[in-house]
Amino acid sequence: MSAATPTAPRPHQHVTIQTERPGVPFGRLVKVELRKMFNTRSGFWLVASSLIISVIAAILVIAFVPDRDISFGIFGAAFGTPLSLFLPIIAALAVTSEWSQRSGLVTFTLVPHRGAVIGAKAVAAVVVAVVAIVFAFVVGALGNVVGAAVNGIDPVWDLDVLDVVYLFVGNIFGLLIGFMFGVLLRNSAAAVVGYLVYSFVLPSILGVLAALQEWFSDIQPWVDFSNAQTPLFMGDTLSGEQWAQLGTSSLIWFWVPMVVGVWAVLRAEVK
Amino acid sequence: MITVEHLSKTYGAFRAVDDVSFTCQPGTVTGFLGPNGAGKSTTMRIMAGLTIPDSGSATIGGVTYRDIPNPGTQVGVLLDASAQHAGRTGREILTLSALTMGLPMSRVDEMLALVSLSPSESKRRVKNYSLGMRQRLGIANALLGDPKILILDEPANGLDPAGIHWMRSLLRAYANQGGTVLLSSHLLHEIEIIADEIIVIGNGKIVAQGTKAELLQGAGAYVQAADNAALAAALAQAGFTAGAKGDGLSVDAEPAQIGQVAAAAGLALVELRSADSAGLEDMFLQLTATTQREGVVTTGGVA
Repeated sequence: MSAATPTAPRPHQHVTIQTERPGVPFGRLVKVELRKMFNTRSGFWLVASSLIISVIAAILVIAFVPDRDISFGIFGAAFGTPLSLFLPIIAALAVTSEWSQRSGLVTFTLVPHRGAVIGAKAVAAVVVAVVAIVFAFVVGALGNVVGAAVNGIDPVWDLDVLDVVYLFVGNIFGLLIGFMFGVLLRNSAAAVVGYLVYSFVLPSILGVLAALQEWFSDIQPWVDFSNAQTPLFMGDTLSGEQWAQLGTSSLIWFWVPMVVGVWAVLRAEVK
Repeated sequence: MITVEHLSKTYGAFRAVDDVSFTCQPGTVTGFLGPNGAGKSTTMRIMAGLTIPDSGSATIGGVTYRDIPNPGTQVGVLLDASAQHAGRTGREILTLSALTMGLPMSRVDEMLALVSLSPSESKRRVKNYSLGMRQRLGIANALLGDPKILILDEPANGLDPAGIHWMRSLLRAYANQGGTVLLSSHLLHEIEIIADEIIVIGNGKIVAQGTKAELLQGAGAYVQAADNAALAAALAQAGFTAGAKGDGLSVDAEPAQIGQVAAAAGLALVELRSADSAGLEDMFLQLTATTQREGVVTTGGVA
């Protein structure tokens, strides 16, 4: 609300644009973007599913994994895979719904600085991912304790801090890839398909290519992003070369398309 | 004040907006009139920074839309009432906008009451809204930040007659308080009742602009005589062109001139008046005839 003068309105005079007013702070945008992820039925259940799936995974592990094999690491592996599928889709839809549902017409009118909106969406998606992963770890830990008690063994805590950190980093990478597809394609169906092809079809294609062509098998570690990430999910300690490969492959599969996508978003017509 | 200067936008070979210039003054309602696809929406999207023009500029109070801090609190924009996430409730959509602008939540209830969306309606998802309800929600969204400038694309579309009447009084009150209002429509009668200034656009070009009275100047008059044929002949002799229209004639002349011709010829008149809104309708159709998809033959034209 503007500080309206109590006197009678003076037409033709005081209606000007005030350029000194405070703009919309970034934190507020993040709050709004977080809210948007939950305030539709589909959005709510998508996020809720990523939590529910950890619980189901824990129950399945207790029910079906042989007693002596139950360990924290098994729980981590059980919820890691479904999370790595859900989180990128949540991130992609946060971007694409502005176009697919056309709500961007209002969003980008209220905040003409589109880069800030995209940035807020990225932060919001990471927040959701961190909460989901922490939740999964808590459920996994509980499952491990319960599973051990049920089977009469001592709980096995075979994940160290580095494993946990890598699992976080790996999932955030996956989420950012999904986000990149959302920004680049700006269409819900295309972004989800793009991500699924990237994460499930592309690795086999690159693998076959590497097996058939010797020259490619030499460069594959440098250009295959999911291959370069594998050590993260395995909980291995990365060598300097592996970090470098993570850098070059992420340039190809994340940074370049992301920059192209953001550039397009900033210029694209919103209609 | 809204200032549009030499605005052009081309899509491939199609020139959607072609060297458009106009201004909207504070304290007035400006009507943006044109058939579908004339370039109204593109022009308004450019104003709100959603479309980048090829050339020219659109500024609000001297600055481009992008440079307005927290623009929702200074410029109210409604571009397409249907462009909302169908899965959100009406209240939630207003809440998101209020949060973005940093407004108290009481503002949401105020706006819902202002546009007559009941509490139960506001809790329904937008996919279950009629077009009229979406339009009310869109107007509420535009007014939420208490802006002094309004840019509304087809706001009356889908509203019932009572709704149109309500919106008319609302926009009139806004302008009377010194606000600047620009609204578009493809329906002449909506525009002519509410707008002080009318801008007619067709084929991306501005074809006429001015007050309703100014636009009507030269629109002619309607006359009906007991013997129309005799009157037409007398008018032709006096140098005025007349064409058949309804039960009478449409004449390129002022009513006073026609009265004199009729008196001189000793002809009795049944009806004589300036062309009025019917004339504006004819003018609108003529001005935009080249862009009309249906190729409408205007009735008021020279026979």
